[in-house]
Amino acid sequence: MEKLSTDVLVIGGGATGAGVAWDAALRGLDVVLVERGDLGTGTSGRFHGLLHSGGRYAVKDPSAADECARENLIVRHIAPDAIEDTGGFFVTTPFDDPAYADRFALGCRNTGVPCEEIEPAQALREEPRLNPRVSRAFRVPDASIDVWRLVWALARGAQERGARVLPYHEAVAVHRDGDEIKGARVRNSRTGDELDVEARITVSASGAWAGKIAGLAGIEGVQVRPGRGIMIAMNHRLVNTVVNRCQMPTDGDIIVPIRTVCVVGTTDVDTEDPDDHSVIQDEVDAMLAYGERLVPGFKDARALRVWTGVRPLFEDTKGNGDGGSSRDVTRAHALLDHMDRDGVSGFFTITGGKLTTYRLMAQDTVDAVCRQLGDPRPCTTATERLPGSHDGEYIRVEDRLGRRERHLRDDQLICECELIPRRRIEDTIRQRGTTDLDDVRRLLRLGMGPCQGGFCIYRAAGILHGHDGIDTSQANRALVDYVLERWKGVWPILYGDQLRQARLDDWIFQGVLDIEHLP
Amino acid sequence: MIEDLLHEPLRNSLDHCVKCTICETVCPVSNVTPLFPGPKYAGPQAERYREQGEPVDEWSVDYCSGCGLCTMHCPQGVKIAELNAHARYAVKQRGGVPLRDRLIARPTVLGRLGTPVAPLANAALRARATRVLTERLLGIHRDAPLPAFAGRTFQGWARKHEGPATGTKIVYFHNCGTEYYEPDVGEKVVAVLEHNGYRVEVPKQDCCGLPLQSNGLFEDARKYVLRLARALAPHARDGTLIVGNATSCTVMLKREAREILGLEDDPDLALVSRQTYDVCELLLELHDRGELKTDFQPVEEVVAYHAPCQQQGHWIGKPALDLLALIPGLVVHELDARCCGIAGTYGLKREKYQIAMDVGADLFNQVAASGAGLVACDSETCRWMIEHGTHRRSVHPVELLHQAYRL
Repeated sequence: MEKLSTDVLVIGGGATGAGVAWDAALRGLDVVLVERGDLGTGTSGRFHGLLHSGGRYAVKDPSAADECARENLIVRHIAPDAIEDTGGFFVTTPFDDPAYADRFALGCRNTGVPCEEIEPAQALREEPRLNPRVSRAFRVPDASIDVWRLVWALARGAQERGARVLPYHEAVAVHRDGDEIKGARVRNSRTGDELDVEARITVSASGAWAGKIAGLAGIEGVQVRPGRGIMIAMNHRLVNTVVNRCQMPTDGDIIVPIRTVCVVGTTDVDTEDPDDHSVIQDEVDAMLAYGERLVPGFKDARALRVWTGVRPLFEDTKGNGDGGSSRDVTRAHALLDHMDRDGVSGFFTITGGKLTTYRLMAQDTVDAVCRQLGDPRPCTTATERLPGSHDGEYIRVEDRLGRRERHLRDDQLICECELIPRRRIEDTIRQRGTTDLDDVRRLLRLGMGPCQGGFCIYRAAGILHGHDGIDTSQANRALVDYVLERWKGVWPILYGDQLRQARLDDWIFQGVLDIEHLP
Repeated sequence: MIEDLLHEPLRNSLDHCVKCTICETVCPVSNVTPLFPGPKYAGPQAERYREQGEPVDEWSVDYCSGCGLCTMHCPQGVKIAELNAHARYAVKQRGGVPLRDRLIARPTVLGRLGTPVAPLANAALRARATRVLTERLLGIHRDAPLPAFAGRTFQGWARKHEGPATGTKIVYFHNCGTEYYEPDVGEKVVAVLEHNGYRVEVPKQDCCGLPLQSNGLFEDARKYVLRLARALAPHARDGTLIVGNATSCTVMLKREAREILGLEDDPDLALVSRQTYDVCELLLELHDRGELKTDFQPVEEVVAYHAPCQQQGHWIGKPALDLLALIPGLVVHELDARCCGIAGTYGLKREKYQIAMDVGADLFNQVAASGAGLVACDSETCRWMIEHGTHRRSVHPVELLHQAYRL
């Protein structure tokens, strides 16, 4: 069995895990990051894409609001290449308690969330589709964030500093020697090969799966209650500003414009299994109805896709009273030093929290790691820009069209909806060394537009086939896998325009390609 | 800010696009040049990347000629051409509108300038040296078909014309082409209408604003079309119909001004829009009711008929074909070429003339193959292009009816 040896093994390749890897690498530690799927495919890749201003928590959870407000500024500075500076509104619709608006304004003032009340007419001028019966409106610095760009920028940055990033490697055992954790055994889910990673410190950044990893280490009571939330992406941007209802956070009270779509979310339903991605029809209907409250006509617009994600809601069932747990109760995230909590050294669990505070979570974690290693090194992630972000330019939805216009005649267009040219797909396949078109999708948004791959994915499969060492059956497999994956998010919203699209796609896949009988 | 609001219904229609590509198969422009990537790309696809008020580096949509065939053929109801018109407007807003476009978009200004000095102006427009100069200075292609000034106006004729004292009142919306270049076509339209029992009124009127709209000058286009609506509405209020012979200008009144310029809420325009008829549409309705005079004398001609894109945008079929079929002796070949290429002012432009000629090539070849000596076509700019491309005379279908009535 192959062996790796490192300072820090990070289990979990979401924003937090990638953030820990980047932070530790920046501090000069040697890092191995393992993730059972592709990076950003757990909770990080399954949310609506909001970079919080903190407004959402201004009343309900002031310390979280404060934390978000500070991290919002930092993440904007270090990762503009993943961020669209949409700005955000909190608006009082006729469905909201009008008294909340004053509490909201006060909450923002008390927590440092930048907030400016504007005339409802001004909000309507900027967002003409907004409910015209809005009575109050506040402007906050919400933004949208392309999480795959963020996570891969973190991973690339870590790699540039020597880190080894291993997607599709699942932790199958944690090596425990008495009261000491010494790394883990991971299995390559594609080849089945196993690998031993020997590490001075093991960090479980596995979010909703943290209980499972702790279990592998023989540690009891790390309970993360997965809270399932549903999101629906609409076919185009009905708003260009993040729009929140000005009320206590509840279901379906936000629409986030991100890249070419806008996403309405979400719910919070307890579930047992963090891998439970089931979509409940009533929730779909409810989301569309909630969207309608913010943007009249919403439910008649074309829904593109639906998905669910699970929040990692941490509850420590280990009742060891005072001082045993390092969990800072005032924080939304939880860092467990298992030396303090369980007397087991070399092992930390970081869970809870939210994407906006991923950097802070990573900082806290690596601070604790350094402390245990007896080698305190300062954190620099708040000022060090991520790869790709050095020009300080935010993403703009117009960018791709502008780029496409410059290369209209010298590069073939493969994904028409997301305007992805052939060269980008070829480069990505080569760089990732992947045969999985879903990996390419996350990096480029391949097939994420209106036709959901109906017009591009066989082209991409053809390009894949042209690469060295990829045979017909592998390319066909990639095509089928992609189509099956897309279908999961399409079938629950099959009505109207997307139903027509699905029929046409189906005729192409079945009638033209005979996809079920590909060699 | 009004742009934001009026744009929404068009933008909503992009949701209906299923990428089927039918629009791209019918687009006359993208089929002959790689400079225009096609209606699906420029319309519903690119629209997802456009944010009101935010600049985007795009230029290719300016190569859309605005013929509207994409919208007409879209089985899902996407307002493709209209989305493109808006994108073109945004491109022009950002990049500025060249003097040339401002000029050729104002036929009334050109008409007023050219008419009093018609012989001189026409000679200048025919002279190679002036055309080369015009191309260099203004960017109007030296070979592009420019009409000759008639040297008189249709309004001048109409003021003196004494029609019948009785009959059903109808308002004639002649267009700028009739006014300054082809007053004789207008006279024939009036004669045919009067022969069928109408009392034709010709109120003072101006350009409908279509050339301004297609050149991305929306604000000016709005002024023009609303002024026209104010002039025509008082007549329409008592139920009087408005009839026109220029299919692009009538479709502007019927539909495009409301949809593209977002004037859905103007009551005058709404009224005018409802009451406006294309002349062939009106005459065929008369015939369907048994009220059209059919005292047609034989016309021994072979004629090819081309329905202009904007005529097809009326969604009325091809009434001219049914009318021409009533004329004894006349042999009519229906052509199925997409477009003559000119698209109003598009083919006049230096950088687009060759595209227009390439678009028209199919039509020109069909005319040649048909053996027809004459081409009937409802739109004046198309007729000028057809004459340019085929070296055959092109007439409005009503001119043939006029001839057959022996009026």
